[in-house]
Amino acid sequence: MNGSFTIPKFRLPTFVASLGRKLPQWPHALALVGGLNAALKMNLLPESELALLEDKLFRVRVLDTGGEACYTYRNGLFRPVFSLQREPDLAFAANLSAYLQLLARQEDPDTLFFSRELEITGDTELGLVVKNMLDAVEWPKFSARLPLLRH
Amino acid sequence: MTSLPDLVCPAGSLPALKAAIDNGADAVYLGYKNDTNARNFAGLNFEPKTMAEGIRYAHDKGREVLLAINTFAQAGRVADWQKAVDAAVDQGVDAIILADVGLLDYARNRHPQQRLHLSVQGSATSYEAINFCQREFGVRRAVLPRVLTLAQVEHVIKNTSVEIEVFGFGSLCVMNEGRCWLSSYACGESPNTVGACSPAKYVKWDKKPGVMETRLNGILIDRFGDDEPAGYPTLCKGRFEVEGETYYALEEPTSLNVLSILPEILKIGVRAIKVEGRQRSPAYVTQVTRTLRAALDSLRAGSERFHVKPAWQAELAKVSEGSQATLGAYNRPWR
Repeated sequence: MNGSFTIPKFRLPTFVASLGRKLPQWPHALALVGGLNAALKMNLLPESELALLEDKLFRVRVLDTGGEACYTYRNGLFRPVFSLQREPDLAFAANLSAYLQLLARQEDPDTLFFSRELEITGDTELGLVVKNMLDAVEWPKFSARLPLLRH
Repeated sequence: MTSLPDLVCPAGSLPALKAAIDNGADAVYLGYKNDTNARNFAGLNFEPKTMAEGIRYAHDKGREVLLAINTFAQAGRVADWQKAVDAAVDQGVDAIILADVGLLDYARNRHPQQRLHLSVQGSATSYEAINFCQREFGVRRAVLPRVLTLAQVEHVIKNTSVEIEVFGFGSLCVMNEGRCWLSSYACGESPNTVGACSPAKYVKWDKKPGVMETRLNGILIDRFGDDEPAGYPTLCKGRFEVEGETYYALEEPTSLNVLSILPEILKIGVRAIKVEGRQRSPAYVTQVTRTLRAALDSLRAGSERFHVKPAWQAELAKVSEGSQATLGAYNRPWR
């Protein structure tokens, strides 16, 4: 993070969420899984921690857009899950701005958790694995040109 | 020019280490990915290869790397801790932070040239205890537990030639470092034994409409309304019913923040100021390091004109546990 661009805390108007919940959710899952698999291909995610994600079910819910994405990790790839047959092993819920601040490494997940802007439910240890795995990623140099990945 | 204490910052990952160095830490402290250190959390800490890269990064910029091996060697597995000490020496860390007297003795005899620090987990609060560790193990620096008033810290400094490091910022617990077994009471595991307080596998956050419940190994620790700030799921920060009243019976979730007494800390001769939080993200390390660096640098010209900038306090308040901060024991009127 070099401070030249700061993502503010914001909350989208409530009609966005009510509209978003009516839209198909599969594009979110595809986009998220695409990003995660790209990180896999670049060997950014450590294998020892990835093994702990095998067959686990994850849900990422964006409260103020009404969007959510579910996915799992199996046989070396992240895969979208379009209909949940059971409760996810780990679930995140936050507004869009919190996710953007996390992605940009502008805010710390514990900070957002303390201030109740990020909700984590399910298997707490799995949550810690995911958080620490993402924290340990050394984003490649080209990310300096992408505002959201700048760190 | 006033000479400043070292700013010692936490690194749970390579990006956090780089964030600390890039934002002005004089030293970083870190640990191996196992139970030889007191932040043995899933996915955190360093493999030897990553650590080597971190050490190179810090040394290239003239900063120090301190390695925490600050849990207590467990029966039947003492060799694991001794191997960690040997590995740390081989890797060329500037100092090893130890708590276990058996390990201090091992390190002193096996690697007499290695600089050793006494961890806060060693729980030495008197100059007698610190001087003992200097005499027996050649300890060069001691990290003081957060139980002493500023006057007591000064008293220790006046009576020892061992460098004194104190906590400057970070999550507070019951401040009984190295002697706390509350976590073991709830789940049979504690920092001294497995390297983690309230290990995540025992923690459950249960969200219900309007309320979130925290349980540690099934024990209800706290219940937060939607607008209440949260804290770490430890027994010491739980709200319990005591004689018909429910409240934070031991302590509130809060962080220590010494910004307002930095001039006094300098005046009494503290050698290093430590930031808690190896479990936190690179974003936290950036924010806290940057803020304390700015505050310390503003003291170079002398302490007369020092004033705490509201922006510093705001930055630190934001990352504080429970979203609040305290001076802890430093300004306690009683002893």
